[in-house]
Amino acid sequence: MATPPLVIDQLHAAGRGGRVRAFIERLRSGDEIAHLITLVFAASIFLLTVLLVYELYVNCALPRHKFGWGFFFSRTWDPVFENFGALPFIYGTVVTSLVALLIAVPMGVGAAIFLAELAPPHLSDALTFVIELLAAVPSVIFGVLGIFVLVPILRSQVEPFLKATLGFLPFFQGPIYGIGYLAASVVLAIMIVPFVLSISREVLLAVPREEREAALALGATRWEATWKVVVPYARAGIFGSVCLALARALGETMAVTMVIGNEPKISASLFAPGYSMAAVIANEFAEATGDLHVQALIELGLVLFVLTMIINALARLLILLTTKQGTAHP
Amino acid sequence: MNRPFFMRKLVNALMLSLCGVCALVSVSVLFIILGYLLWNGGRFLTWTFLTRLPTPVGEPGGGMANAIVGSGKVLLLAALTGVPVGFVGGIYLAEFGGRVFPFLVRYTADLLNGVPSIVMGIFAYTVVVLPMHHFSTLAGGLALGAMLIPIVLRSTEEFLRAVPQSLREGALALGASKSRAIATVVIPAGFQGIATGILLALARVAGETAPLIFTSANNRFWSRGWNQPTATLPVMIWTYASSAYEDWHRQAWAAGLILLMLVLVANAGARLILARRTSVAR
Repeated sequence: MATPPLVIDQLHAAGRGGRVRAFIERLRSGDEIAHLITLVFAASIFLLTVLLVYELYVNCALPRHKFGWGFFFSRTWDPVFENFGALPFIYGTVVTSLVALLIAVPMGVGAAIFLAELAPPHLSDALTFVIELLAAVPSVIFGVLGIFVLVPILRSQVEPFLKATLGFLPFFQGPIYGIGYLAASVVLAIMIVPFVLSISREVLLAVPREEREAALALGATRWEATWKVVVPYARAGIFGSVCLALARALGETMAVTMVIGNEPKISASLFAPGYSMAAVIANEFAEATGDLHVQALIELGLVLFVLTMIINALARLLILLTTKQGTAHP
Repeated sequence: MNRPFFMRKLVNALMLSLCGVCALVSVSVLFIILGYLLWNGGRFLTWTFLTRLPTPVGEPGGGMANAIVGSGKVLLLAALTGVPVGFVGGIYLAEFGGRVFPFLVRYTADLLNGVPSIVMGIFAYTVVVLPMHHFSTLAGGLALGAMLIPIVLRSTEEFLRAVPQSLREGALALGASKSRAIATVVIPAGFQGIATGILLALARVAGETAPLIFTSANNRFWSRGWNQPTATLPVMIWTYASSAYEDWHRQAWAAGLILLMLVLVANAGARLILARRTSVAR
């Protein structure tokens, strides 16, 4: 680009040898070097990812060989006798994340509908700002509030109420501790609402105006237009936001660790204390003594990594597809 | 539409107000959190808390000076390792690059961004702590630095893309080489955005606890040197809040208030700068 036209003409005339000279010319102006350097830095992200997978995989060789696939189906977690099974943690992680989604998805999507369809732009922007700040609150802060504020409320008000009204279900039976699956789920729900909300709002805003107007023109009420036309149009993106929130919930560590109760047991009751994969890593890693113990924890980390990778990949694809679709028809 | 009109109006009003309630509840959570921390943390926040070392349980007057400095050190290391890589990589995505490769980089960055932070902690543990045989400030910094890379990469790219094409063309038309145009025109034009993006990224990793528990670990005293474990604010909050001592709970609240304020002020400030910038551009 830097070379004046005259030089380029000369180089063209010089043929193949000229191409080399043009390359040298660009090299001298720094373009090729800059290209190469920035390329290396951008590619380092692959290096980082590969290294991450490699380190996790290599460093859990012991439990992989000793327990094989049985690692995922065994209920015992006994550091003293070096017998490790991941089932209670997988169960805890999955249950708390799913219950959190049950609470957070209706809440987040409902709020997103309000922000995207009903609220005036200024109010919508202001509220979105607040929601984005909420997403920035460190998880350890949620944990502190979980322990000191939420758990007492659950213990004295919510859980007795649930037991009295829905006690016939196996999920709401047994002794009430406050800490446990339910507390972890509620904290998780609060933490993932901003993710569901802000992405759902974006995909709802990407729905073409005509869709709404057509529905309204046909005599639909505001709600009918939203629920039967706009939301179905944006459903892939909303589903993507839910997947993203799920991945967050699965990997969330501190807040869960502080309120789940930290007992490697499997119970049907949501009131019971449990454990999650991230929580056991956080609690035991620094104090783990045997190599097998540390490596079993690393294997849990690998499981967590693979799980969130798959869900995230799916979510990103869905969001990519919908936001493109929405803007493709202005 | 065979349902009576009245019913449809009723459902409409009901569902729309439910959506409004959802929004109200979601938004009020932030104010509830702020209120609790200001009330419980503000009462216990004293000057000694900011300037003293932690004391043994039961001894009054303990502080968290080492944790505040430790958090700063870990963040500094993270910024030194993560920001340059993300920044230069972002330049590639926005200015050079073809079609397929940048897409792959972008996608991988987004995936890496979604990796649970505790997994990043394990990664730093295997790479730094295992070979060195002890916890260190360095390991904690690298864990957070690795988390910074994808975030800074994406935000740098985004803000460089927002720089008008005409500026690049103008520089090139004046005879500047592409690299010179990028260095002297494009990056300065997008600098404010990039800087606020970096600030946002730092604010995000500043509150991370999970990657630090078994990398920089904890320390009841001043940390001597970069290869020694150090106390950090988030880890201190976790340790103190999960303990059984009333006095430590109070300190956890106060430390929580400091951390939350740092994160929220940085975050809100960055977002306000960005919002004003775009409105001027419009």
